[in-house]
Amino acid sequence: MSTKRQPFTAITSHFILAPQNNIDTDQIIPGRFLTTTEKTGLGKSMFYDWRYNEDGSVKADSLFDDPAKKTSKILVAGKNFGCGSSREHAPWSMQDYGFKVVMAPSFSDIFKSNALKIGLLPIEISEKVLVWFKSHPNEETTVDLEAQQIRCGDEVISTFKVEPFARYQMLNGMDDLDFLMSKTADIQFFEDHRA
Amino acid sequence: MPPKPSTPPSTLFDKVWAAHLVSEQTVDQPAVLYIDLHLVHEVTSPQAFSELKSRGLKVRSPERVFATIDHSTPTLPTNADGTHPYATDENRLQVEKLYANAKDNGLTLNGWESDRRGVVHVTAPETGRVTPGMTIVCGDSHTATHGAFGALAFGIGTTEVGHVLASQCLLQRKPKSMAINVTGALQQGVTAKDLILAIIAKIGTSGGTGYVIEYRGDAVKALSMEERMTVCNMSIEGGARAGMIAPDDVTIAWLKANTPLGERGDFQSMSQKWLAFKTDEGASFDKIVNIDANSITPMVTYGIDPSMAIGVDDLVPAGANKDALEYMGFEAGHDVHGQKVSKVFIGSCTNGRLSDLQAAANILKGRKVAEGVEMLIVPGSVKTKADAEAIGLDKVFVDAGAQWREAGCSMCLAMNGDMAAPGELVVSTSNRNFKGRQGPGARTVLASPETAAASAVMGHITDPRTFKEAAQ
Repeated sequence: MSTKRQPFTAITSHFILAPQNNIDTDQIIPGRFLTTTEKTGLGKSMFYDWRYNEDGSVKADSLFDDPAKKTSKILVAGKNFGCGSSREHAPWSMQDYGFKVVMAPSFSDIFKSNALKIGLLPIEISEKVLVWFKSHPNEETTVDLEAQQIRCGDEVISTFKVEPFARYQMLNGMDDLDFLMSKTADIQFFEDHRA
Repeated sequence: MPPKPSTPPSTLFDKVWAAHLVSEQTVDQPAVLYIDLHLVHEVTSPQAFSELKSRGLKVRSPERVFATIDHSTPTLPTNADGTHPYATDENRLQVEKLYANAKDNGLTLNGWESDRRGVVHVTAPETGRVTPGMTIVCGDSHTATHGAFGALAFGIGTTEVGHVLASQCLLQRKPKSMAINVTGALQQGVTAKDLILAIIAKIGTSGGTGYVIEYRGDAVKALSMEERMTVCNMSIEGGARAGMIAPDDVTIAWLKANTPLGERGDFQSMSQKWLAFKTDEGASFDKIVNIDANSITPMVTYGIDPSMAIGVDDLVPAGANKDALEYMGFEAGHDVHGQKVSKVFIGSCTNGRLSDLQAAANILKGRKVAEGVEMLIVPGSVKTKADAEAIGLDKVFVDAGAQWREAGCSMCLAMNGDMAAPGELVVSTSNRNFKGRQGPGARTVLASPETAAASAVMGHITDPRTFKEAAQ
C-alpha cells in the first residue's frame, strides 16, 4: 500500500525565535518522554524543561506558549540545531506542536534527515537572515518550497536550497519507503551478485 | 546507474561505501546503500514496526536484524516473583512491544532471558556480529561505536529504521571524509575517553557535520579494541555520524579471542579479507585534523555540550559560554577540580566495558566512596557483568560502597528511572552533558572511568593521577 503525504508547497505564518546555538534533541524532547510507542501526542512535551515549572504549570516566559505566537508554523533557531541523539521524537514533537518549517544557520545531520523524512522542512539560512528574523519578531513570512524563497509580503528575504530528491518528494507528497520498495529488483540483484 | 568499485587510491570509508552501493547517487537521487546489520532496541523501533504493518510490508531480511533491550530496562535486580522493577508502565510496555514485534517478524531478540543481553553497542560486537567492512545502522546515534572495527556504522531515525526493515537499504548522499591524525602517545593515566573529549573540544560539536571520520596515527593504532570503541562511540558528539578505524592485528586478535567467530575454520581467510579495508597510500581526505596525543591530560567537561571540555587541572576558559556556566554553577578562570560531587555513574556504550570497570576497580580497591556520594556502576552487558564478577570486581565495588547494577543504558539518558535530582553534580563516564540529560536540572561532568572513580573516592572532581593506580 503506498502512502501519499500532504504535499508541501508554501506556508505563511508568524515564527517563534529560539536563537541559541546547539539546541540539542534532549532540549527538544527530554529522554524521559521517549517511552511512548506512538509518533503522535508529543507536542505538549516539546521543549518540556524550557516550558514548564516543576509543578507542571506553564512558565510565564515560555516561548512556545505565548498566545500571540502559539499558532506559529515556523521555528527560527541558532546554528547546529538538533545535535545529539537520533531520536525522531524530536521532529515528531515539533510537528505535533504545529511546526512545518525549522530554519537555522546549520543542522545536525541526523536531525535534518529525520525532519525531511517526515515532512518537517529544515531550511539553512545565513547568519544575516537570522539577524533579519531577530529584528522583525512579529512579521509573518512565507516559505515557498517550489520557488525556494523566504518572503515577507512581496519582499524576498532569502532564497534557500533543499536537496533535490527530498524537495521533489515533499512537493509531491511522495514517500521514500515507496521509492525504496520500487527498487526491490535492484536490491535483489545486489544480494545475488555481491562479492 | 550501476555502481563501480572505488578506484584506488581510496579511503577505508570509500571502500566500504562502494562495496554496498545498490545504485550510485545522481544529481536528482541519493544512492541506495545496502545495510548488512541492523541493530534494534525498544525505544526507536515500535513506530517503525507499526508503519510496516499498516502498509502490509514484511521485514525483508530477518537474519540481518539483531534486537536487544537496554534503554527502558531497570538496572535493579529482578523481583522475587520474577518480574522486573520497571520505573513506569510505559517502560515495561515498550519492552513488551519489542518482544511482540520480534516474535511477529521472526527476529533474534536478546531479551531478559539471554546471557548476551546488554547495551546494544556493547553486546553486538561481543556476539561476533560486527566485522570489518560492514555497513551497520541502528536507531541510535552512538552506532558509530562499531566503526572501531572498520565498519561504516551510523545512527538513523525511526522512519529509516522502517526503511531498513522493509528494504534492507537506505537512501543516502555520500558524506565527505575527514582524517583525524593522532600522533605521539597518550601519557600514563590518560585514556581513550580523554582523547575523544580532546578531539571534540578541538573540532567543536559541529566540526564533523557532513563527514565520516577516520581516526588514524600512532596513538590510535596503540589503542585496544575497547578503547577504539570509546573513541568511535563519541564521533557524533563532534557532529560526525560515523567514525572509523582501519582493522589491524589488534582487531583480528580481539575478534578471535572474544567472539564465536574465532572458532570458525575460515577465520584466517576472513581475516585476510577484513585487513583489505584500509586507506590506500596516497588517498585523499576532504579535511585533515592533527592532534598531538602527548599534550592531552585527563579531561572533564565544564559546560553543557561535550566540546566544553578541559584538562582536569586547567581553569574554566575566560570566554566560556555564560549560559553553560550559569547552569553548571562554574566560574570562568576557576577550577573544575575540587567541585563537590553528588553522584558518580560508570557505564554506558562509551565506557561500560570490562576494561572500563577494571580501571575503576583499580582505584576503588581498598578505598571507600566518599560520604554523601552515590555511585552507580552499570555494566554494559550481561556478559560484561559476568566477566567482571569472575575476577571479583563486583566485590571491590560493593566493598567500596558503590551500587553494582544490572546491565543497561541507565543514567546515560535517564529514561529508566536511574537519574539525578535537580542541581546534583554527576561525574559520568557517558557521552552527553546536555542540560537535563541525566534528569531535569542535573549537572553532568563527562570524564573517564579513572577520573570518575577518583572523584567518587575524594567526593570532589579529582585528577586520577593523584592515585598511583591510575598512573601506572
